[in-house]
Amino acid sequence: MEAVVFIFSLLDCCALIFLSVYFIITLSDLECDYINARSCCSKLNKWVIPELIGHTVVTVLMLVSLHWFIFILNLPVATWNIYRYIMVPSGNMGVFDPTEIHNRGQLKSHMKEAMIKLGFHLLCFFMYLYSMILALIND
Amino acid sequence: MSQPEMPASGGAPAGLQSQNGAASASGSPCTNGPVQNALMSSQVSGSQGYNFQLPGSYPHLIPAKTLNPASGQSNYGSSQGSGQTLNRPPVASNLVTPSLHSGLVSRMPLPASQNPAAASMPSGSFLPGTNLPPPLNWQYNYPSTESQTNHSPRASSQPPVSGSTSSTTNHQYVSSGDPSLQNSFLKSGSSVPPLANPPLPTTFQPGAPHGPPPAGAPPLVRGLMPQKTSYRAVPQPSFNSATNQDGITSNTNNGSMVVHSSYDEIEGGGFLVWRAQAGFIPASSGVCGWCLSCLSYRRLTDFHIFKLIFPESKGWPGNLDYTFTPLGANHLTASLSGLHLHPEGLRVVNLLQERNMLPSTPLQAPVPNLHEDIQKLNCNPELFRCTLTSIPQTQALLNKAKLPLGLLLHPFKDLVQLPVVTSSTIVRCRSCRTYINPFVSFLDQRRWKCNLCYRVNDAFKNFYLYALLSLVYYEPKRLQRIMAITTYFCFKYVFVLRPPQPPVYLFVFDVSHNAVETGYLNSVCQSLLENLDLLPGNTRTKIGFITFDSTIHFYSLQEGLSQPQMLIVSDIEDVFIPMPENLLVNLNESKEKLVQDLLKTLPQMFTKTLETQSALGPALQAAFKLMSPTGGRMSVFQTQLPSLGVGALKPREEPNQRSSAKEIHLTPSTDFYKKLALDCSGQQVAVDLFLLSGQYSDLASLGCISRYSAGSVYYYPSYHHQHNPVQVQKLQKELQRYLTRKIGFEAVMRIRCTKGLSIHTFHGNFFVRSTDLLSLPNVNPDAGYAVQMSVEESLTDTQLVSFQSALLYTSSKGERRIRVHTLCLPVVSTLNEIFLGADVQAISGLLANMAVDRSMTASLSDARDALVNAVIDSLSAYRSSVLSNQQPGLLVPFSLRLFPLFVLALLKQKSYVFNFDMSLNPHDFTESDIMTLPLKYILVAVWPGLALMFYLISQGALNINDRTIPQPPILQLSVEKLSRDGAFLMDAGSVLMLWVGKNCAHNFLSQVLGVQNYASIPQPMTDLPQLNTAESARTIAFISWLRDQRPFFPILYVIRDESPMKANFLQNMVEDRTESALSYYEFLLHIQQQVNK
Repeated sequence: MEAVVFIFSLLDCCALIFLSVYFIITLSDLECDYINARSCCSKLNKWVIPELIGHTVVTVLMLVSLHWFIFILNLPVATWNIYRYIMVPSGNMGVFDPTEIHNRGQLKSHMKEAMIKLGFHLLCFFMYLYSMILALIND
Repeated sequence: MSQPEMPASGGAPAGLQSQNGAASASGSPCTNGPVQNALMSSQVSGSQGYNFQLPGSYPHLIPAKTLNPASGQSNYGSSQGSGQTLNRPPVASNLVTPSLHSGLVSRMPLPASQNPAAASMPSGSFLPGTNLPPPLNWQYNYPSTESQTNHSPRASSQPPVSGSTSSTTNHQYVSSGDPSLQNSFLKSGSSVPPLANPPLPTTFQPGAPHGPPPAGAPPLVRGLMPQKTSYRAVPQPSFNSATNQDGITSNTNNGSMVVHSSYDEIEGGGFLVWRAQAGFIPASSGVCGWCLSCLSYRRLTDFHIFKLIFPESKGWPGNLDYTFTPLGANHLTASLSGLHLHPEGLRVVNLLQERNMLPSTPLQAPVPNLHEDIQKLNCNPELFRCTLTSIPQTQALLNKAKLPLGLLLHPFKDLVQLPVVTSSTIVRCRSCRTYINPFVSFLDQRRWKCNLCYRVNDAFKNFYLYALLSLVYYEPKRLQRIMAITTYFCFKYVFVLRPPQPPVYLFVFDVSHNAVETGYLNSVCQSLLENLDLLPGNTRTKIGFITFDSTIHFYSLQEGLSQPQMLIVSDIEDVFIPMPENLLVNLNESKEKLVQDLLKTLPQMFTKTLETQSALGPALQAAFKLMSPTGGRMSVFQTQLPSLGVGALKPREEPNQRSSAKEIHLTPSTDFYKKLALDCSGQQVAVDLFLLSGQYSDLASLGCISRYSAGSVYYYPSYHHQHNPVQVQKLQKELQRYLTRKIGFEAVMRIRCTKGLSIHTFHGNFFVRSTDLLSLPNVNPDAGYAVQMSVEESLTDTQLVSFQSALLYTSSKGERRIRVHTLCLPVVSTLNEIFLGADVQAISGLLANMAVDRSMTASLSDARDALVNAVIDSLSAYRSSVLSNQQPGLLVPFSLRLFPLFVLALLKQKSYVFNFDMSLNPHDFTESDIMTLPLKYILVAVWPGLALMFYLISQGALNINDRTIPQPPILQLSVEKLSRDGAFLMDAGSVLMLWVGKNCAHNFLSQVLGVQNYASIPQPMTDLPQLNTAESARTIAFISWLRDQRPFFPILYVIRDESPMKANFLQNMVEDRTESALSYYEFLLHIQQQVNK
């Protein structure tokens, strides 16, 4: 059972890693002026909710399967995702707003955020992998 | 004639010339080549100064107060002495014999030793062979002399040392007539690192006799001062004689002078000197710059030789030469007004002790600390302005100064007679796409170096540039135009995927019951009818009309119809366009009948309507669909909250819930308008919103439609055709301006800056399409923009940074044009220099923008705190890092002396005051105003704090531009300045208030106001009668002059003591205490407390 949990987490984590990479690539495209702000933001906003769900699911799964350490590790990031989504002002077009992304260094902070998430997901990936192998061996 | 006008008028040039002249004439001791001589004396001197100035001079231009006294002193003595001798040939100097040679000689040693003794060494023994003075010195020194002699204020900031070396320079040049020699010079020059001249003590200026005792100023200096002043008159004769010696040169000069002056007129004072482009501008590093200047110098001389010998030759001379014109004295004095260059500018001001800081004349923008020749090429501060005229080298330094770094732009300002260059190609840098500008450096005849990215570009690959360079020889005038500061490049079908769009104007009217009630349709249609012929456009101009209430009405203006045909679309959920081809019609073809018919009948068509709903959202969608194939301008008139279909808004303001700050909604409630605006922006449609509303209308949400499509918002609270005639007048005047002003379509603006700087925030109405590209579907002359910058990479290896804004648009005549503005600023490395170069007006303007931004993202109180903190932080940074002795009081640099006052005014501005009685609209409106207006208007308009009061009875200076306009002095905004027996005019931007004192002189009442006595002044009174008296004429002339200066129409209120407007009047007294805000003095005390913590 535990092995299944981790296999699922592992897959989910892979997806999140890809998503982070996608975010980074798209943002850097914007930075280099290969795409315009509007299309960049509409591309990215599409994936904000899947990312949020994907990560929340893992977090909840860890809670349910009583893996406290991993749960607590995931909690801040999950909370941040939800907070970011909720706090979008009513007039904005999503977490990434084309009219503001070039202002106040938002592009840079989004980029930094995506990088940190990528690192975090990689860490989780190896953790899940290790746990999964451990679980499989134990089984 | 050129000679007398020469800048260096005095000593240095004169001395030089005579030397040269002598050399040329007699082969003389100086070893000058005879030919060069001509150059040197008349023409080069100016350019030379230019060249050399750059590399070394920056550091000293700004006299640092904290200099090492010893070094300062030594320079002082030496330089002073030499400079003096140079300058006053006829006058016997105490140091040396008046002969020029001696002057020269003394300088020679100078550079090497910097020893004061050197200066006093009489050196009649100047040998030609000694031409190899340390190259460094001559390079920077020369300019200083020039400037010194020319203008006293400048001189103050510049080190006298340079004066001495200048002569050296010349000398070298002369010797350098031999190319080989020259080369050797070059090398040596390049190999030697530039000497940093110790900045001179501030007091050294001749103009500042009473200044505080100079830090390191030796008594000698003072002694010299009187002489110096006297010397000015003296040099003329010597000068002339020099001129006589080289007659040819002077002739050429004359010719060029003429060119210049005429050009000047064209440019409105901008003075373009092509030679500046030459290698004179040190491109990236000092060393490189030096080589260049040597090279270019040689070229100059060659060229002149060439020209003198073969004046008729048309062939390509084979190397790059520059035509240059002597700098006229009048030009040189023109840009002197820089406060920080003036001795006054170095003063530290204790604000608690000196109260009257507000000058009685309008403030001028500070002049960057650049050599004048560069400064002349710089962009007009009204078009392009930087908050810091000295750019800090690193972000750390910028952070330390706590001042915002940013640009304020007004790129599409109405300018009379811009030079237009028509060409098929444009010269741009190959890597960063920068347009060629006066600050690029030419390495040789084949290559030029971009001043933004430092890429070396090949000119040969570009036929246009090749041709352009050849222009240098034969058509300097045209060249100047090409390189002008504000340039129109005019191209057909460049940069566009489709042919330039026709001017398209679409008017969208709200015709619901509420709208008809206000009666605005009458005045708008009337204005339109009157101005139909004046709409900017050509034969392709198109026009269309849409009206809406709960349904959308289109008007078919098809040719052949006897009258306009109305088409009603009631399906507002899924809007479609009936017969799209006839809704937008060519104005010229159908103007006579259909359009005028429609405008005449429109106001009557809906008089009986009972429809109260408003479907603004669908109407906007329909209008967008109609315009998207072409792009253009959409003018929307709206009188109430949209209530139907997409984009419907709910009132967010509950009358009984105003008590908490949370209830202020500055953020839009829906993203519909933003999305639509972005769609519009993508299709080159701009939406201008006219809001005529008595009730709450959610400007924060509605305004988005204009904000992101680069439109503008006009707001007329409680508009009613009968109850509020003042607003009607305002609408008519502003509509007239709106309809007839210049317009640019499908515009984009790119702001580029030197590598190392980057833009991080934009303020204004536009959509930022990529990191430095602003998408502006329409651009109008009344729009301003601001950007905040940061220093990303250290700028230590460069001395100048440049900013370039390029605005590409389609004019109403269907031409693609580019307006290029380039601003060049020096880089500095000390905090003190940053403070000296601060531009307080621009800083305040940028802070206002930043505060608006803050109030939208955070809260109003945050924004207010941020404003106060901005003052406190920067002043305490100044106190802790610049001031060495900690005196009591609030010490501020002279450049920032008005900073607290401006910020206080900003804090008292309605926009930032949380006022329970105020409805939300005006609040939002001032904010959107700040975001969109150019700095000039922000300063006068949005800040009552800067309201100017004029004492109308004693009328001061007269300003004549085709009629006489009195210029009364500006008073401080404090009740104490008022007096009962006067009348005062307050200019609060959007309103003018004429306050009449109780005991006002009777003749003012009768001859200006046209009333018998004080009590009979009608209330409200909003217009001055046209009386047949001189006083009346003057007053009216002045008021209309004030009104003409701005894009909107300020209403005039005549106020008596008991009139209700008096509260407003008093509220604008920024320096006084009000119920909710501190007085100026209290504010200062508060700041002092925080600063001294």
